[in-house]
Amino acid sequence: MESYKVQQHKFDVIVVGAGGAGLRATFGLAEKGLKAACITKVFPTRSHTVAAQGGIAAALANMGEDDWRFHFYDTIKGGDWLGDQDAIEYMCKNAPASVIELEHYGVPFSRTEEGKIYQRPFGGMTTHYGKGTAQRTCAAADRTGHAILHTLYQQALAHDATFFIEYFATDLIFDDEGVCRGVLALDLNEGTLHVFRGQAVVLATGGYGRAYFSCTSAHTCTGDGGGMVLRAGLALQDLEFVQFHPTGIYGAGCLITEGVRGEGGYLTNAKGERFMERYAPSAKDLASRDVVSRAETIEIREGRGVGEHGDHTHLNLMHLGPEVIHERLPGIAETARIFAGVDVTKEPIPVLPTVHYNMGGIPTNYHGEVVQLKNGDPDAVVPGLFAIGEAACVSVHGANRLGSNSLLDLVVFGRAVAHRCAEIIKPDSPHKDLPASALDKALARFDKLRHADGDTPTADIRLKMQKTMQSDAAVYRTQETLAEGCEKISEVHASFENVRVSDRSMVWNSDLVETLELSNLLDQAVATMHSAEQRKESRGAHAREDFPDRDDAEWMKHTLVWIDEKGKSRFDFRPVHSNTLTDEVETVPPKKRVY
Amino acid sequence: MAEFTLPKNSKIQPGKHHAAEGAKKPRTFKIYRWSPDDGQNPRMDTFEIDLSSCGPMVLDALLKIKNEVDSTLTLRRSCREGICGSCAMNIDGTNTLACTKSIDDCKGGEISIYPLPHMPVVKDLVPDLTHFYAQFASIKPWLRTQSPAPSDAERLQSPEDRKKLDGLYECILCACCSTSCPSYWWNGDKYLGPAILLQAYRWIADSRDEDTGERLDDLEDPFKLYRCHTIMNCARTCPKGLNPAKAIAEIKKLIVERRSA
Repeated sequence: MESYKVQQHKFDVIVVGAGGAGLRATFGLAEKGLKAACITKVFPTRSHTVAAQGGIAAALANMGEDDWRFHFYDTIKGGDWLGDQDAIEYMCKNAPASVIELEHYGVPFSRTEEGKIYQRPFGGMTTHYGKGTAQRTCAAADRTGHAILHTLYQQALAHDATFFIEYFATDLIFDDEGVCRGVLALDLNEGTLHVFRGQAVVLATGGYGRAYFSCTSAHTCTGDGGGMVLRAGLALQDLEFVQFHPTGIYGAGCLITEGVRGEGGYLTNAKGERFMERYAPSAKDLASRDVVSRAETIEIREGRGVGEHGDHTHLNLMHLGPEVIHERLPGIAETARIFAGVDVTKEPIPVLPTVHYNMGGIPTNYHGEVVQLKNGDPDAVVPGLFAIGEAACVSVHGANRLGSNSLLDLVVFGRAVAHRCAEIIKPDSPHKDLPASALDKALARFDKLRHADGDTPTADIRLKMQKTMQSDAAVYRTQETLAEGCEKISEVHASFENVRVSDRSMVWNSDLVETLELSNLLDQAVATMHSAEQRKESRGAHAREDFPDRDDAEWMKHTLVWIDEKGKSRFDFRPVHSNTLTDEVETVPPKKRVY
Repeated sequence: MAEFTLPKNSKIQPGKHHAAEGAKKPRTFKIYRWSPDDGQNPRMDTFEIDLSSCGPMVLDALLKIKNEVDSTLTLRRSCREGICGSCAMNIDGTNTLACTKSIDDCKGGEISIYPLPHMPVVKDLVPDLTHFYAQFASIKPWLRTQSPAPSDAERLQSPEDRKKLDGLYECILCACCSTSCPSYWWNGDKYLGPAILLQAYRWIADSRDEDTGERLDDLEDPFKLYRCHTIMNCARTCPKGLNPAKAIAEIKKLIVERRSA
């Protein structure tokens, strides 16, 4: 093996990732007087938070009656009773203050006539526990993610936060006691290796949407944190729950916000029928995303899809009028024009369910501390390791996330991690020496992939993985497709042994980076397929045709999945937290989920 | 008359040619290549691509090349829908985003692709934007106020005042405008350039911001602001349809008004 010179950096806390969660944590830590470094593989404003459109949920009651308890109930029901109710209480209760804080930072929210933050209806968001429609989703036109991400980066600049930009984190570094001590990263611009030492490492690395062929996710959504955690021998949670967004543009996969339906848009089939009325008589087009995506899939499958091949549906917003579209939905008008060739004031947008979000991820408690099942304790904290944002599974989204709860998740738990670190870490504490062998494994893996000389290019393996996930872990699943999927995805995983990296340079070696990313994706693809195979029930986004009902007696529990070096999966479970955090709100017991 | 020539190691050489055998709908892309690792001059590689098995955008063609022909081709990309600003480059003579530039909209036969002009090149189509980002930080681009924010509520802003941010807040920091500006090419070390000045005006125009005076003080400088000579390349090239030149004009106007006040 080549010997690498590894530069060492010491900080109080290392944040990996500079999307909404990572940035909120980074300057929150700086605010608390902790020395934090944020390492990120892309310049912060390129992170995928930038692509969020519709808004961020908070019961501000700016546009009608609302209460965070309604939001709490909606989130539990939306997640089909797999979400942890203590964490959901924490998120919904802290939502109003978190959004007000964003406004104070300068987010250019759209406004009501009184000058307050504009709020729109969104799927699954109700008042009085399902009785009315809530206007809860705070919006900056249809560019809310962009507005928030840029503002958070600006706040990080205001706090003089330290960034290492275009550094790719390859592996977590643990000591012999199982305490996370830092992370190894590659500086793309110089082609040098760096070890970042911290009393804590916060993974804010996003989801792994790119495991699928057609997704709204950016090319960079490769689940790097989840990959690192699996390689460290720790479990991920609830990976079988993959959200399909009902309105990805047919062909291109680009997102069209649920805000379109929030503003009054609706879906139609080939007969021009508003089919959601049949599937969700009360909420109609504003049912939760899993419900709408399944309805579209059935319409298409039963021959009522639109287009030459009858393989998609139409999203109509012509009736909203050019003024409303121009003011509230300008971004999607542009996206539909560019990617579907559609003038939304005159024609419907061709859409279909498209992979959008990972409810599963790195298990944490509501402080953002990573937890594992250890000696019978399902909530055992992994010292020194935190996870937030889409990378994490707190779990506030349960089996299905409600739209506009993810931007909320980012800022609430980004902030929570900063608070927690300030409680448990003293600034400038000395770093314990690492055992001499601490980096060996990570360096050996890096070196092996850097010189990978097999017969299959990275792109070929990636495409096979994406096609397999797309066909066998889709909106509807059966034992047959899943069993076939498990076999196929494990074959693809095994083929990674023969991967070939052609670029041998050190500076900006994107061939190597894509290979490192693929390795992260592959582990999570295998984990997802196998997790889906073993869960014999339907819940939220996990819809099994052979087990069409939710089975609370057997399956109201979080899946834990480990993947070994050979790509073999192992399972265990954690109970769902049905308890609330305080007595300000009561536990919502499971009941049948109808919209 | 003086003759100017590029330094020897900057002269672009012809590069490799990758043919597409049996392509149903061939199109030729000429792509700038340079790596700091091999000591070679930059070169233009030629790739023939079969558009019948390629997505509609220039980014689709670049990724097809990277995936199927030459995995060493290096570029930044992320969202692929024109919101992250990663894949800014010079395509067919214009700075734009590869992900929203349709191949069919490129004129002529061969499509030439270069990194953003007049920036140091890290590798192939990846420019070094360090200085651009430092200039962004230099304008202190965050809400600056003296009065305390209301404790449990948002600062109020009328819809009319909010409208003043439209056409400004949508900037994605792709640097297409600044690197299309001849004045920025000459004086980019000290001239802030259209992107950063648009960002500066975004805060001046925000009714919630209370630091307009200091912001204008900071900008009133022969180089930072007044190197804008209304060439308007910025407005012409912006892939988001924004008009940085107008924002710059507004700043200049405010400075004049303040003097005469």
